[in-house]
Amino acid sequence: MSKISELFTTEPVVISLGIEAFQEDLVAQGVDATYLDWTPPGRGKEAILEALKIIETDTLQAKIAAANEEAVSRITGSQVFLTGYDQAINVVPGMKKNMILHAGPPITWNKMNGPMQGAVKGALVFEGLAKDLEDAERVAASDEIIFSPCHEHQCVGSMAGVTSASMFMHIVENRTYGNLAFTNLSEQMSKILRMGANDESVITRLKWMRDVFGPMLRDAMKLSKKGIDLRLMLAQAIHMGDECHNRNNAGTTLLIQALTPLIIQTDYSISQMKEVFDFVASSDYFSGPTWMAMCKAALDAAQGIPYSTVVTTMARNGTEFGIRVSGIEGNPWFIGPSQKVIGPMFAGYKPEDAGLDIGDSAITETYGIGGFAMAAAPSIVSLVGGTIDDALQFSVEMREITTAENPNVTIPALSFMGIPSGIDIVKVMQSNTLPIINTAIAHKEAGIGMIGAGITHPPVEAFEQALMAFSKQYAENK
Amino acid sequence: MTILTKIHPNTYVDSVSLMALSTRANQLDGVEQVIIAMATEMNKEVMGNVGLLTAEISTAQTSDLVIALSVEHQEDAAEVMERVETLMKEKNTQTKSTGNEVFTTIEVAKTAKPDANLAMISVNGKFAAREARKALNNDLHVMMFSDNLTIAEEVELKTLAHDKGLLMMGPDCGTAIIDNIGLCFANKVRQGSIGVIAASGTGSQEISVRVHEFGEGISQLIGTGGRDLSEEVGGIMMLDALDALEADPATKVIVLVSKPPAKAVEEKILARAKELTKPIVVWFIGSELRENEKNVHFEKYSKKAALKAVELAGIDLAKLDSHPLNLPLIAEVQQKLVSEQKYIRGLFTGGSLCDEAMFLAMESFEDVYSNLSRDKQHLLSYSDASKHHTFIDFGADEFTNGKPHPMIDPSNRIERFKVEAKDPSVGVIVMDFVLGYGANADPVGVLLPEMKAAKEQAEKEGRHLEIIGYVLGTELDAQNLDEQIEKLTSIGATYASSSQNAGLLAREFVMKGAKQ
Repeated sequence: MSKISELFTTEPVVISLGIEAFQEDLVAQGVDATYLDWTPPGRGKEAILEALKIIETDTLQAKIAAANEEAVSRITGSQVFLTGYDQAINVVPGMKKNMILHAGPPITWNKMNGPMQGAVKGALVFEGLAKDLEDAERVAASDEIIFSPCHEHQCVGSMAGVTSASMFMHIVENRTYGNLAFTNLSEQMSKILRMGANDESVITRLKWMRDVFGPMLRDAMKLSKKGIDLRLMLAQAIHMGDECHNRNNAGTTLLIQALTPLIIQTDYSISQMKEVFDFVASSDYFSGPTWMAMCKAALDAAQGIPYSTVVTTMARNGTEFGIRVSGIEGNPWFIGPSQKVIGPMFAGYKPEDAGLDIGDSAITETYGIGGFAMAAAPSIVSLVGGTIDDALQFSVEMREITTAENPNVTIPALSFMGIPSGIDIVKVMQSNTLPIINTAIAHKEAGIGMIGAGITHPPVEAFEQALMAFSKQYAENK
Repeated sequence: MTILTKIHPNTYVDSVSLMALSTRANQLDGVEQVIIAMATEMNKEVMGNVGLLTAEISTAQTSDLVIALSVEHQEDAAEVMERVETLMKEKNTQTKSTGNEVFTTIEVAKTAKPDANLAMISVNGKFAAREARKALNNDLHVMMFSDNLTIAEEVELKTLAHDKGLLMMGPDCGTAIIDNIGLCFANKVRQGSIGVIAASGTGSQEISVRVHEFGEGISQLIGTGGRDLSEEVGGIMMLDALDALEADPATKVIVLVSKPPAKAVEEKILARAKELTKPIVVWFIGSELRENEKNVHFEKYSKKAALKAVELAGIDLAKLDSHPLNLPLIAEVQQKLVSEQKYIRGLFTGGSLCDEAMFLAMESFEDVYSNLSRDKQHLLSYSDASKHHTFIDFGADEFTNGKPHPMIDPSNRIERFKVEAKDPSVGVIVMDFVLGYGANADPVGVLLPEMKAAKEQAEKEGRHLEIIGYVLGTELDAQNLDEQIEKLTSIGATYASSSQNAGLLAREFVMKGAKQ
C-alpha cells in the first residue's frame, strides 16, 4: 500500500510547528498532535543555515550518523579504572617543573581572571618558584613559566585547574582503548587553591597533600592488583543519588570504602591515617575529581573519528569557554565568552561577587553526568530551580542534543533511562538547545574561594564556530 | 544594626537547599542580610565575618539550624523573621508540573512518536523549506501553510515527496481535510465519498460545504498550494493526489479545483484524469467551459460543481433544495437602487470566493477591477482606490504582509468597508464570512456595527445600500452558522446561500444602473 493510501486509512498523528491556533484546532478535533517548541535553527543566522544545509545532505548525514554511533559507543563502552596516584612531574605527559597547567582553552597570564591568577600565584609559592605571593605575580608575568591547558596533557582540572609539577594526580586507565587520564586531588574545603584562594592555610594544606595524603594514596593503590573500576562505581553512585559533579556524597563514600583496606596496609602511622580519613570526611567532594578523570579517559577515546559531530571536550578558563569536536581535524578549540553561573550562593555573597564560569569539570556533562544527570540527584534540585520536575526535565531535555543513552549508567527515576551521551553540535544548533552544566561559583577576586553553585550553559558562539568549521571541512571532502 | 536570630534545634536541611533559601530570603523587603545555615564552625565563622554572630548562635550545635538576620528598620524585625520562616515552609511544598515532554525538532519528535505521519508547518517561509525537507525525509506527509518559498524550493520539495510517495500539500496551502480532520482553515463537514483536490483554499472550502449541504460528504480534501498548476511546478501534487484518490476505496467522485492553470499543465492533468476510472468534476475558476469528455465533467461555478459531484455520487438532485436565485428579491432590490448606483464592491477574505464573484461580474460587465485581475489594465494594487466594479481579496500577500490573515483579523476590511459604503455610485457591497477551523470566532459580529451604521447613514442620505453577505460554513462549525446568518439579516443585509449565489445576486442587483 502506498504511503498516501496508508494515511487515508490510519488516524493522522501530527507533528505541528508554527501557528499555535492551528495546533489548538487539531487538539479540539481529538488529534494526537505534538506541538514543537520550535525556533529558527541556528537562531536564524544565515551562515549557520548555510552550514546546516551542507551537513543535512543525505550522504553526509549517513556518514555522520555512523561516526557518531562509533564515538558514543567508545564513550559509553570505555571501562575506566583508577590505577594509582603519583606526582604530576612523574606521570603527566609533557609536564615540566616550570609548567603550570590550567583549566579550559589556552590563556595567557594577563587574560586570566582573578581566581585563576590567585591559584597560579599560590601554586608558584607552593612549588618554591616564587618567594611569596608578591614575587609570584612577577614570576607569573615573566616568561619563566609555561602555561598550558590541562586538556592538552591528558588532564582535567577542577575550577582554575591549576596543576603544578609536584602535585599528586589520579592516574586512570581506559582499559578498553588503552589511554590514560590524570587529575589533581580534591582540596576539600571552600577556601582552596582551585577556587583561587592562596593564603598560608591553602599552601600548608597543599604541602600536607604532597607529603602525606598523596604518598599514602600512591602507596595504597600499589597494593591494588586490578585497580578500581570507576565506571561501575559511577553507576552505583548515580543510583545512590549523586549526579557526580556537584553532589558526590555517595561516590566519596564508595571510593574511600574501596581505598580504606588498601590504606590501612601501608606503613603510615595511625595518626597520619586518621588525618587522611578526617580530611576525606571533611567534605563530600573527595570523589569529584576522580569522576572527571574517568570522563576524560572515556572521551579521549572518542576523539578523532572522521565525520563525528560529537563534542569530546567542554572546558572553561574563567574568561573563555571552549569546546572540541571529535571529527574536526587538528582538534582545535572553538571558543566563546565564559558565562555567568546562576544559582544559590553562600550566605553573605551576592551575584555580583561571582566570577564567570570556570573549570574543566564540564567534562562530566560532556560524558553525560552532572547537569545531564540531575534527575538522579533530587537532593540538590535547588541548583536547577528547586523542583524535582525541573531536574527530571533537564535530563530528558538533554536527550534532544545527544546521540544516545549510556546503557551502563542509568537514572532510576527516569525508569532507568541511560544518561544522555555524546553531545552533537548539529543537534545543538538545530534545536537551539545548549548543554546544561551545574557547577560551583568562585569569587571573582583572587584569594577568596567558592561562594555558591548553580547552572550555566556554554556560549552559543562556540557551537556556531564548530558547526561552520565542520561544514567547511566536509563540504570540501564530499 | 538590629540582629534577630532564631535557632531550630536538631533540624537538618542540606546546604544546597539552604543556599537557595538564603538567596530568596535576602531579596525580601526590609532585609539587610539573612543567613540561614546549619550551625557548623565554618558557618559560625561566616556569620562572625558579617557581624551576625550572637552569643546564642555561638553555643548552637552543628545539628541546629540557625536563622540570623539584620533589618533596615528595627520595627520590621519580627515581621521579616516571620516571612523568612514562611519561605522555609513554602520550600517544602513547592512543586511545578512540567507536563508533557517538549520537543524542539521534527526528528526528535518523530523518534519519540514513531507513528506520526503528518507534519503541519506554519513557520516563517524563510525556514519552512528546511522543515518540510526534514519532515519528508522522516517519512511524514506535509501540510504547509507557510508561503514565500521560492518556486525552486517548491519543485524540489514536491519532487522529493513524489519520489517518496508522500503528500506535499503547499507551500501556501490553507486548507485540507484528511481522514475527517480539518487542517488549518477548514470547515467541519460530513465524511463521505467525494474527494477534492484543490489548488485554491476557499474554493475547496466552498465545495466541501456545498457537498455537505447537499447530503454527501468528503473522503479527503487535499490542498496542493496555489502554484501547483503553474508551468514550473507542473501539477506534481495534483497528479499524485489524483492517483491516490483513484486508489482510495472510500472515494467515489473526484473534484478538481483551481484558478486557471497553465495551459500545458491543464492538458497534462486532464489527460491523466481521463485515464482514471472514477468520475471527475473539474471547476477551474474563471476558465472557459469545455466539452465534457469521458469521465471528466467541467463546471463553471462552485455550486454547480458541487451539485454535479453529489449527483455522480448518487444523490437524487430532484429531492434537493438547490437554492435557485430568488428572482422576486432581485426585482425588489433593483427597485430600491437608484440609477447612479451602478457598481459592485466586493470585499473578500477568501481569494477563490473573490475570484468567483469577480468572474461572474465579468460575464456581464467590462469594467471590473481587482487586485486578482489577470490583465494589467484591470489590476488594482494595495493603495489604489476602488473604481467601477471592484473586487478585493484581503488575503492577498500585499494585504497580509506583517498582519494575520483577514479571516482572523478583520481590521483592513473594516476600514475599506467604511470607504465603499460612503460612495454614492455603489449599489452593492458583497462580502464573505468564513467559518470553520482557523477562522475568526465571530466573523459577522466583528463587522456588524459598521454594517448597521453604514446602512443607516445611507438611509439618511436617501439611498439604499445593499449589503450581501455570504457565510461559508456548516451547522457543525464551532462559530454557529445560524447565529451568524441571523446577525447578518438582523441589520437588513441579504444573506446569500452560496458563493455562486453571492456573485450572481451582486451582479443582478446592480443590473438596472449598470445597463444605463
